[in-house]
Amino acid sequence: MEAATSGPLLALEQVSIRIGPVVVANDLSLAALPGQFWGVLGPNGVGKTTLLKTLAGLHPHCHGQIQLEGRPLATLSRREIAPRLGMLTQHTRYAFDANCEETALVGRHPHLQAWSRESRADRAMAREALTELGLGDLAKRSCMQLSGGESRRLALATLLVQDPAVLLLDEPTNHLDPANQVTILNVLGRRVRDQGKTAIMALHEVNLAACYCSHVLLLLGDGQWLAGPTAELLTARHLSRLYRCRIRLVDDGQQKVFALAGEPQR
Amino acid sequence: MSSRLVWTGLLVLVAISLLLACAWGSAGWVWPWTADEAMQRVVFELRLPRAIAALTTGSLLAVAGCLMQVLLRNPLADPYVLGISGGAAVFALLGMTLGLSFLPVPLLAFTGALLTMVAVFVLGRGSGPWSTTRVLLTGVVLAAGWGALISLILALGPDASLRSMLFWLMGDLSYAQLSAWWLLPLLLGLGALWLRARSLNVLAGGQMQAALLGESSRERFWEIYLIASLLTALAVSIAGAVGFVGLIVPHLMRLVVGADHRRLLPAAALFGGAFLVVADTLARSAFGARQLPVGVLTALIGVPLFLLLLHRAVRIR
Repeated sequence: MEAATSGPLLALEQVSIRIGPVVVANDLSLAALPGQFWGVLGPNGVGKTTLLKTLAGLHPHCHGQIQLEGRPLATLSRREIAPRLGMLTQHTRYAFDANCEETALVGRHPHLQAWSRESRADRAMAREALTELGLGDLAKRSCMQLSGGESRRLALATLLVQDPAVLLLDEPTNHLDPANQVTILNVLGRRVRDQGKTAIMALHEVNLAACYCSHVLLLLGDGQWLAGPTAELLTARHLSRLYRCRIRLVDDGQQKVFALAGEPQR
Repeated sequence: MSSRLVWTGLLVLVAISLLLACAWGSAGWVWPWTADEAMQRVVFELRLPRAIAALTTGSLLAVAGCLMQVLLRNPLADPYVLGISGGAAVFALLGMTLGLSFLPVPLLAFTGALLTMVAVFVLGRGSGPWSTTRVLLTGVVLAAGWGALISLILALGPDASLRSMLFWLMGDLSYAQLSAWWLLPLLLGLGALWLRARSLNVLAGGQMQAALLGESSRERFWEIYLIASLLTALAVSIAGAVGFVGLIVPHLMRLVVGADHRRLLPAAALFGGAFLVVADTLARSAFGARQLPVGVLTALIGVPLFLLLLHRAVRIR
């Protein structure tokens, strides 16, 4: 199936999601178009991960419909979903020893038949993804011997090698130093912009969201939500309401930055 | 180590082990091609079928061990962890105790193994969300139950059959005679599994990761569980509960060829087979007329070999 280039890659119509007693979203509707980079913001425990899992078809939603490239997600098999939608989960466990290149190559799995082996092009993709994320020198290193940040970038490399049109990212900047946070967001931003993909990313760094995301979804709790272009929604007022603490917009004339103001002490 | 060297080495190892098994026995040492007629009959009617049985059993157990370890995401898992050998043992021992000579022991063992397999399958699925832990616990508890029954049978059973029962429990190839045709289903099964090998690599990353990479993990889990259990059931009915092969060989081969199941499964099959052939040859030849259960030899050779490699390995943490 060719991607319907004009329509949304992922569309939600009046989707309600809950996990246990927590209502994550009520009647959530949004459409993620090619080239859009969505940020999902919300306080701890509001259900960002559950939302992403729902979008990946791994958590049942109450009602509404999710469409992946114009087809209802619920009717697609995992085998049909995987080449089109991938997700970077919050934690990655490596059960068995393999080197980084082999680990990244696992991302080609949904594109290969049972009997076929990874081609030279697949290997080149894995190398390229590792290099892009600054792991080029570690290609032959065991995935068991990586630091937290390296392991995080390896998981992202696997997703890039999987190369789906819809990238779901659960706090991709976890464990990363500032330079690497910027590196991976640049890489992701390029993929979204230049290759017509869409990314939906849960994260806590408001300023990175302001910088990289074209759109944001704010999960306010109790199923309430706001979705729209970043420029409209990412304001000090909305953020203060979202996180239930005082957040100020600081503008030095070159860039606007949100700052956690804290409670003034007497 | 270059991979060509590894594969050549493994194939040579299998050939040498079969040659050794044919040449050496309690009746003495003879090269098969220089043997007189009587010895040729010993070689081709006794030693070779038994060697093939050992080769098949070793391969089955090693492959089943690889599958169980990835299935349960647990390096301690072996083909018997879910109680399959226990079920087989209870049925086999009951047959021996009650003198049900009209039912062959392998058939009884296979029935017991299948029964356990179905029980774990039905009980392990549960009603709530599916989990590997539930399957593991179901199997381990069933295994403990079978273990108690085995002790009971041993305690109450007639002394006359005690020795054969103990041999069966430790694994014994004395009565196992397989023609070379048995290798055919094994090879076909391995071929089919090899098509699933990349899925196994993906499953090793956990359920969620597997689902995201296009494996409907639940169906794949049960599919591989059934294959692993069937392989184990076959092995157990051929040779009784031969220990250590299914635990040690997968780990050894992971140290040699890595964790990619496309290399690991065939390597484990070859090495597991050769290992059991050598162990069985020693068990029946090294102590003259007195034969040992092969399970004792696999442990006696396997444990120090494994500990040595584990000690020297930098890749296991």
